[in-house]
Amino acid sequence: MADLSSTRRTRARRTLIFAAFLVALALLYTGYKAFGQAIDDSQRDWWVVGSFLPRSDDKNMPPVLDILAEFGEAPREGGTTIGRLTLDGALFTLREAAVGFAAGTIIGLAIAVVLLQSRRAERGVLPYVIASQTVPLIAIAPIVVVWGRTGLEFLPWEWQDWMSVSLIATYLTFFPVAVNGLRGLQSPSPEATELMQSYAASRRQILRRLQLPASLPFLFPALRIAATASVVGAIVGEISAGVRGGLGRLILDFAGKYITGPERLYVAIIGACITGLVAVGVVAAAERLLLARRGIVAQ
Amino acid sequence: MKTPKQRTTWRLLTVLLAVGLVAAACAADDGASDAAAAAMSQAQSAQDDAGVASAEASAAAAQAGQAQAAADAAAAAAALAQATAEGNQAAVAAAEADLAAAQAAAEAARADAAAAQEEADEARSAAEAAEEAVEMAAEEAASMMGECDGLTEVVVQLQWFTQSQFAGYYAAHDQGLYEDLCLDVTILEGGVEIVPIPVLDSGGADFAVSWVPRGLVPREEGADVVNIAQIFERSATLQVSWADSGIQSVEDLAGKTVGNWGFGNEFELLAGLRRNGVDPDSDVTLVQQNFDMSALLNREIDAAQAMIYNEYAQVLEAINPDTGELYQPSDLVVIDWNDVGTAMLQDAIWADAGRLDSDAAYRDTAVRFVQGTLAGWIWCRDEPDACVDVVLDNAPTLGRSHQTWQLNEISALIWPSSNGIGVMDAGLWNQTVDVAVTEGILSAEPEGEAYRTDIVLEAIANLEAAGLDTDGSGWSRVTVVLNEGGE
Repeated sequence: MADLSSTRRTRARRTLIFAAFLVALALLYTGYKAFGQAIDDSQRDWWVVGSFLPRSDDKNMPPVLDILAEFGEAPREGGTTIGRLTLDGALFTLREAAVGFAAGTIIGLAIAVVLLQSRRAERGVLPYVIASQTVPLIAIAPIVVVWGRTGLEFLPWEWQDWMSVSLIATYLTFFPVAVNGLRGLQSPSPEATELMQSYAASRRQILRRLQLPASLPFLFPALRIAATASVVGAIVGEISAGVRGGLGRLILDFAGKYITGPERLYVAIIGACITGLVAVGVVAAAERLLLARRGIVAQ
Repeated sequence: MKTPKQRTTWRLLTVLLAVGLVAAACAADDGASDAAAAAMSQAQSAQDDAGVASAEASAAAAQAGQAQAAADAAAAAAALAQATAEGNQAAVAAAEADLAAAQAAAEAARADAAAAQEEADEARSAAEAAEEAVEMAAEEAASMMGECDGLTEVVVQLQWFTQSQFAGYYAAHDQGLYEDLCLDVTILEGGVEIVPIPVLDSGGADFAVSWVPRGLVPREEGADVVNIAQIFERSATLQVSWADSGIQSVEDLAGKTVGNWGFGNEFELLAGLRRNGVDPDSDVTLVQQNFDMSALLNREIDAAQAMIYNEYAQVLEAINPDTGELYQPSDLVVIDWNDVGTAMLQDAIWADAGRLDSDAAYRDTAVRFVQGTLAGWIWCRDEPDACVDVVLDNAPTLGRSHQTWQLNEISALIWPSSNGIGVMDAGLWNQTVDVAVTEGILSAEPEGEAYRTDIVLEAIANLEAAGLDTDGSGWSRVTVVLNEGGE
């Protein structure tokens, strides 16, 4: 009982800290804006405010309350509210990201396990894994989309454009999993491996009972990075590939109408932040569950 | 021995074939009888099957007869052998006769079997031919009645997101105009990195909507595409300044800071400057402008690039801090490249050139797709409010007054249409190519056939036959009231 209430207290405290942080951020924003207005940053050339840092007028920095009110506004009379559009977009993007994350995790782990088998393979393949991440996403996104439409007709299901976006998310996701996964799989000390070998444990048994569990503390930070990367990948992929329905399209749409409604873009960006937080939160919850069961304390 | 029966089958087949054709022809004449025709053609195919089956049965029977005869012959041969062994001359003679007869019977049976087989084959191919004929007749009937045997799947790649710029395609889709022409059209929106012509060229779409220069550049680089319908006759690109800036003409841009979007959007401006004695390299400060009007609103630039149907309207949807009201057209001056004479042709439908030449079905699809699209644009011209509703249904983030403005301006790019909607104006084509070559967008004039009008002319003829007005000579702009933020 005591344990339960203390976790509850920790959780409550964390929520409070998070809320306080948000309020502080809003205050900082409003304070900067008020300061900029006071020194008239749009009319005079100040060194930092309004030049290096953004201008404080309502076009560039809409008031916080206006941004919050925008959640309830609709782009046209009687239409769907911006908040609802953002929620729908977030769910759409989250689905793309989840599929990409799952595929990326599986591929990343598979690469790690393969590279674990021989140092030579690791030395030969790892540079290519790293090089893969230097290819700019916007260069491959249209190729992936067209390839999805024309090259994947042999698949038993009909390839949708959002799956191409998931593929782009996969591309961003597999890398941290592969690199950290490999590091984690290599983490058991030679003594531990030798002990297993002295019990005549097979390679597979060593992998399953020693290396995989030992890799978890390395893997989860990678999975958190992968979770945000999959959301970013999905948003960027949507923007490049012209896939409708997600946050990427929404951001682009609202960015195009920035001069007449900057609040909307802020709403969409807040939506993207929350989506990223949700993705990381799901991974963190999984981490707590898995590591607690293994007796490794999370965080 | 089975011949009479087969002859009957033959007659039956012939009669049924005739009946089927007549039924199909009737169906063509009389819209109500298509169900009957379908039933009839089903009955027909059932009968055909029966005919084939009976011919096959005959063949089987004949083969059985052949086997029997062979068995008889074998028995006779055995009897002969036995008789010979016994030395009975009379018996030998009789057995020999028996054998001969049996062999003859076997021979005859074999011939019979072959003939039956042949007839069965013939019956089968006749049945197939009949089926084919019925299908063809039905198809012809269907196309005459505006009903389809099946829908042809068509994918079209747009060059940007859903907005009134593409209203005609969405209207044709949502109003069932494509379906009336037996097309199942999938409209793919564009994206930041999606360039329609390469998508078309790589088979990702059957048709693409693209500006002419953006079609000609990949074409020069080897994309096998052709412009089949020039939807917009006029360019929508403007250079917008504040009325108090003193910029009245292109010459006035000298010494000013002039925004443009780059990425191939700047050539009308560059050519316009050059033709009016302003050197774009030294006489003006050209700056890269974001795809919005904030730089003009912030007065960071003196003249901003704007599409008349989008960014220009956005200025008019913003509040003027001095008045507290929306900006008015009188606050702005525009330079219109159509008037300057450096306008380049914009939205057009592009198709796969090689496929048009080699694949008659694709060409037929192209005619129907262009026809449906033009019908969509005509509907949007005549029913602008309903057309805006269609656009809004397809894009929940768009504001109504902005899209109403956009459709009005898009219609002004099409109507009145000098040669009928979609038909290329050779003079404007040459002007576009001329600007493209002198500005170095193209290294030379396009080789071969870069545009063709046969498809759009066929589509227009069909529309005119249906009583539609394809040049909209009586059309004129309406006044659209913009709301703040385009709501």
